[in-house]
Amino acid sequence: MKRIINEMKLRLPAVSINESVARSCISSFMAELDPTVEELCDMRCAVSEAVTNVIVHAYKNHPEGTPAFIYISARLYNEREITVEVSDNGCGIEDIERARAPMFTTGEPGERCGMGFLVMESFTDSLTVKSRVGKGTTVLMRKILGKGEGAPRDDGKRS
Amino acid sequence: MENDRIVFMQRNKTLIACIGCEIDHHTAKGLREQIDRQLFIKKPDTLVLDFGSVRFMDSSGLALIIGRAETARALSASVRLVGLSEPLMKLLALSGIEKIKNLTVEHN
Repeated sequence: MKRIINEMKLRLPAVSINESVARSCISSFMAELDPTVEELCDMRCAVSEAVTNVIVHAYKNHPEGTPAFIYISARLYNEREITVEVSDNGCGIEDIERARAPMFTTGEPGERCGMGFLVMESFTDSLTVKSRVGKGTTVLMRKILGKGEGAPRDDGKRS
Repeated sequence: MENDRIVFMQRNKTLIACIGCEIDHHTAKGLREQIDRQLFIKKPDTLVLDFGSVRFMDSSGLALIIGRAETARALSASVRLVGLSEPLMKLLALSGIEKIKNLTVEHN
C-alpha cells in the first residue's frame, strides 16, 4: 500500500538566492530514497526551474511591501516516489498551454529561454500546472525512483 | 559570498572562460555581464566556455549559452563548450543548442 514516509513544508521569500536553498533542501530531503546521481540532478534541476518561475514571473508586478513567498511542499512515499509542489500567490498564468510550450517566454530576451516547463516535464514523471489569474500558480511534480534498475524496493528504505 | 565566480584566460585569439560556480537565475546575470565585457574588450576569434567546475546548471545556463553565442556571432567569433558533465549534457540535449551555427559542443 502506498503511504507517506516523510513530509516537508518550506516557505521562502521569493528572492533569487533561495533558488539554491530550495534545491539543496530537496536534495537532502530525497536522500532517504537513495537516489542515483542522475535522479538527484533531475529533481534539483526541476525544482530550480519551478522556483525560478515564481521569482521571475509570479511576483514580477507584486506591490512593494507585500510579502512574496515561494511555498514548497514535498512528500516521500514508500514506493520510492517523491512529489514536490511549488506554489505562489502571484499573478497567475493566463494561458498555461502557451506557457508550457518550449521556447515561449515572457521574460527578458537573452536572460530566459523558455525551457523551464520542458525541463520540469522531461526530468520528472509527471507535471501538473494549476493557475488562477491574480491568485497564483501551483506546480506539482512527481518522480518515481529506481526505474530501469530492477524491482523497486517496497519499504522505501535503503537496502 | 562570491556567487558568480569566473576566471578568464587568453591564448592568442582564444578567450577561455572557466566558470566556477553553479549556474542558475541568481548567478547568470553576473556571469553574463562578465563574459560580455571580456568579449567586447578582447574581441577573440573563439570563446571557450569551460564547465569543468560547474556542479549545477538549469535553463538559466541554456539562456546564458544561447545569448553568448549571439554576442559572439555579432563579433564574428565562435563559441566552444568544454568540460560538460553528464547532467549538463542531458540538459543541453533537451535544448537543441547544437543547432546554433557558431557553437560547438566538445564531448568528454
